[in-house]
This record gives sequence, structure tokens and C-alpha cells, in this order.
Amino acid sequence: MSDLVALLTDPLASGFMQRGLLAGVIVALVCGVMGSFVVLKGLAFIGDAVSHAAFPGLVIAYLLGVPLYLGGSVAAVATALAIAWVSRRGGLRFDTAVGVLFAGMFALGVLLFTTIEGYAGDLLGYLVGNVLFITAEDLVQLAVLAMIVLAIVLLLRKELLYATFDPGGAQASGLPVARLEYLLLGLLGVTIVVSIQAVGIILVVAMLVTPAATAQLLVVRFSRLLSLAAALAVASSVIGLYLSFYLDVASGAAIVLVETVAFGLAMALGPRTGLIHRVRQSRVVPDAESRSGSGIVGARVP
Amino acid sequence: MSEVERAVGNRVPLGPPTRGAVAVRLDDVTVGYGARLALSHVTLEVPAGSLLAVIGPNGAGKSTLIKVMAGLLKPWSGRIETLGGPSGANARRIAYVPQAELVDWHFPVSVGDVVTMGRYPLIGIGRRPGARDRELVTRALVTVGMERLADRQIGALSGGQRRRVFLARALAAEPDLYLLDEPVTGVDATTQEDLMDVLEAETRTGKTVIATTHDLLCAAQRFHDVAFVNQRLVSTGPAGSVFDQRLLAETYGGHVLILQGELGTTVALDDAHHHDDAAGNERHYHEEGR
Repeated sequence: MSDLVALLTDPLASGFMQRGLLAGVIVALVCGVMGSFVVLKGLAFIGDAVSHAAFPGLVIAYLLGVPLYLGGSVAAVATALAIAWVSRRGGLRFDTAVGVLFAGMFALGVLLFTTIEGYAGDLLGYLVGNVLFITAEDLVQLAVLAMIVLAIVLLLRKELLYATFDPGGAQASGLPVARLEYLLLGLLGVTIVVSIQAVGIILVVAMLVTPAATAQLLVVRFSRLLSLAAALAVASSVIGLYLSFYLDVASGAAIVLVETVAFGLAMALGPRTGLIHRVRQSRVVPDAESRSGSGIVGARVP
Repeated sequence: MSEVERAVGNRVPLGPPTRGAVAVRLDDVTVGYGARLALSHVTLEVPAGSLLAVIGPNGAGKSTLIKVMAGLLKPWSGRIETLGGPSGANARRIAYVPQAELVDWHFPVSVGDVVTMGRYPLIGIGRRPGARDRELVTRALVTVGMERLADRQIGALSGGQRRRVFLARALAAEPDLYLLDEPVTGVDATTQEDLMDVLEAETRTGKTVIATTHDLLCAAQRFHDVAFVNQRLVSTGPAGSVFDQRLLAETYGGHVLILQGELGTTVALDDAHHHDDAAGNERHYHEEGR
């Protein structure tokens, strides 16, 4: 028993692990909540785009000697708002426009990166992230930004829910749907920059999408989706960081893989798609109504 | 009494402009999506208390007309007034119900959640629904006969139940103007009767109902007035004028089948599918295996 406790407490002796765990939990909380909206609104691709677009911002901030968060946030939020603007304008297929925009931004980042003279390895670190190397100063910035995002989302959650579920109905009865959408994408930009430190640019999208997708397989109420997605993300972060500590593997990848395993389990066993669902189906003769409720995630035919 | 006489007998006519309050006024409104024109030069006055059916073939601009009234589309030209103010000014007194296909039925919300959303714009930011909100939600659920299914996820509902839920959401908002896109499409006869009873009762208290429909018989029997739409406003008239063969021909072109019944009743059938007016940025949700 005491061995087990030691297994959990030993890593906490190091400052790295303390700060890393704290940062991991904060990032997971904000990603779980924002990810619920990302999944419901179908913004996964946008999340990926915005995270890649943050890279040139980080490089420019590095070149100018200003805080990296600032550069990344400006680039990410600007890209998110540009995407929202493009989507409202139409004209070009939306995913095409997003694809063009984010590949171009990432290329700019890589190009600027190669102009840096000398060693800039910590910038490369942002590609895969390492939450264990977070400084106390970064941790404070991260916590403040995450709290701002969470506070805004929780304050506006019923308006955001209505605007996400039925934009037309919400707008017709007086909710500022366009402004809520810009706000949501702006917050998504900030969330992504906050998360990049933990899991890196390439894996941020998993942090956003996977816990929320897992939660969507398990519950059918929005309020529970938010809390379950956040809880799953937090648990995955903690487990992933311990795995990273003991197995000496990359922390971001470990967190994301734990999340992915949880998703796989929910898919295989969960009440809506998995074993539990099939057992129930075989016991009860389903009527047309209950069968139509067993939808799978993403089964939307345009 | 024939269908026509019954329909005409209890109608509230689309009166002259000076009589009573006007719920919706469109003045030479032209609107479209992107570069595609959908409706041109529509001038229409809908008096408060109207029960107006908007009919026309696929792609005629029926949904467009509802959306432009709801403030969801900006007209290219022309002026719109709703409930005596410019578009948007009285939005909290308007309830809009989209076509069923524009709703994501996998969304993790229950029947009660959806109906409560009707109250959201009225509750205010950062506040939770209060006692009065809950009471109105319950009353709306009872009115449409869905109170026992309040906790059910919306994907687990039949087509008729889904329409009932969205009407309940509109009722819970206590609006003065109902703008409904295909409120009785794809529902069974009982549901259609129930929903039309509810809407008619609302108009008796001075509220205005404007709804698109593909069901010409329903338009004739259960609405008070009709607007014929095909890229423009062809005509407006009492519900009985649904059977006016000249107007039907002008509105539907070759897409309508007119049957002459034994007692002289005309029955008109439209091809009842509805993919008209899809704006480029709308997502349609189709149920698999339904």
C-alpha cells in the first residue's frame, strides 16, 4: 500500500512535476470545456488550423524578444477571427479557405524560424510541447488566461449553447449570434495558445477534441458533457504525466495517448455505440423511436 | 359545408393597411443568397392576429420569406418592419422555428432543455432560469403534450414529437410573432391537428402566426390566409383561395396536380419535398435509416 502511495507521491518531490501537473490540469480543464463546443460545432479542423497558425506568432515574438505567449495569442486569435470572417462571407468552400490559410501561416513560421541565427531549440519544443519544462512565470500566465476563458464561457454558456444548437432560432429571438461566434473562436485561439505549452502545436487538436468526443459517447446532456469532458481531460493529463515520468517518454504524447485510449474504450464499451449498447439492443426489442437515438458521433451527412 | 366554405367562414381577412396593428410589413423587399436572387420586390402587410400560410413550389422562396422576416437574412433592397419596429428591434418578441432538417438531432440536449432555450434571450446573461421560466416551460410542454418526455434526448423522438418540441420552445418565449418554417411537415394527422389547434388559439389572443407549408389542404383548412410565393409574391388571399386554379397555375407552373372531386371540391397536390432555399452556410442533418 505504502509502495503505491510512494509511486504517486515520489514524482511530486520535483518542482518540474509539480508545475507540470498543475499546468496539465489547468490546460485539461479549459480544453475539456472549450472542446465540448468544438465537437458540437464541428470545429476540429479549425482547431488544428489555429494551432498551426500560432507558430509564426511564436517565432516573431522570439525574434522581437517579447513574451512568446503574446505572439502566439495574437497570431492564433487573428487566424481564428479571420476564419470566422471567411466562413460568414462564403464564396470559397470553407474547408478550402481554412486549409490555405493555415498551411500558409505555418510555412511562414518555418521560414522565419530558419532565419534565426544560433540555437532556438526551445521554439522547436513548441511543436511537440513539454509541460514539464514550464517555468513558474509561464505557469502564472497560463493560469490567468485559462481562468479568463473559463469565466467567459461559464458566464455565457446558455447563450453559447443556444447559438450553437440553433443559430437561426437564437438570432431571430435576439441573441447576438455573430458576436458569440467570433467570441467563441477568439476564446478557442487563446485556449490553443495556452495548451501548446502542454502538448505542442501538432497535438493540441487532440486535447480539444478527444475528451469531448469521448464524453459525447457517454452522456446525452450538455451540462454533463461539459463536466465529463473536463474530468476526462484532467484525468488523462495526470495519468499521462505520471506515465511520462516513469517511462521517460514525451509528456504531450503520453497525455494524448491516454485520452485516445479512453476514447477507444468508450467507443468499444459505451452505452451508445459499444458493447453495452449491443447487449441492451439484444435484450430489448427496440422500437423505432429508441433506435434513432443511438446516433454515433459525426454521423452527419451534409 | 364544403372545405372552401369552412375555410373562408372563419377567416380573419388580410385587411386594408389602416385597420389595426400590423405584425409584419415588407416594403418592396428583394433578397437572395450570395449572388443568387431568391425573392424579388415583395410588398406585404400582415395584420396582427393573422394565421397566414406561405405556399409555393420547391425553391420558390418560402423559407427565404420567413428568414427575412425573422431578420436572419438582410434584404438586398427594400424595408422590413416587424411588430412596429425595424428588423431586429423587437427580436425578443419573435419566435422562429427552423425546418427540421436544419437541426442537429444528435445534439446532447433533452426536450426540456430545448424548450427552456426559448426563455434564454429573455433571461439575460449570467442568470439561470427562474421559477417563472420553469413554469412557462412546463406549460408549453403540456400544451403540446410533451410533458412526459421532458427528459428524453431529442434524437430519440419521432418526427411529430420533434415538431411539437420546437413549437413548445416558441410558446415558452411568449412571442407576439411566430415565424415557422414547415411546422407541420412530416407529421402524422393527429399531430398536425394538435399543432394547428395550438397555433389557432394563439392567434385568437392577438398573436400572429406565419408558417410555410407544402400541405395545400392544411393551408386551406387550418389557416386563415395564404400567400402564394414563387420568386415573388404572386398573390395573397383568404385560405379558400388555395383552390383558385389560376393562382395555383401561376404559382406552381406545371408542378401541381389538380383533381376535381365529386362535390366540386378541388384538391391540389404539391410534390412534397423541401430542399428549397438552402443557404450556402447551412448544414442539413439527415437521419440515417429513417
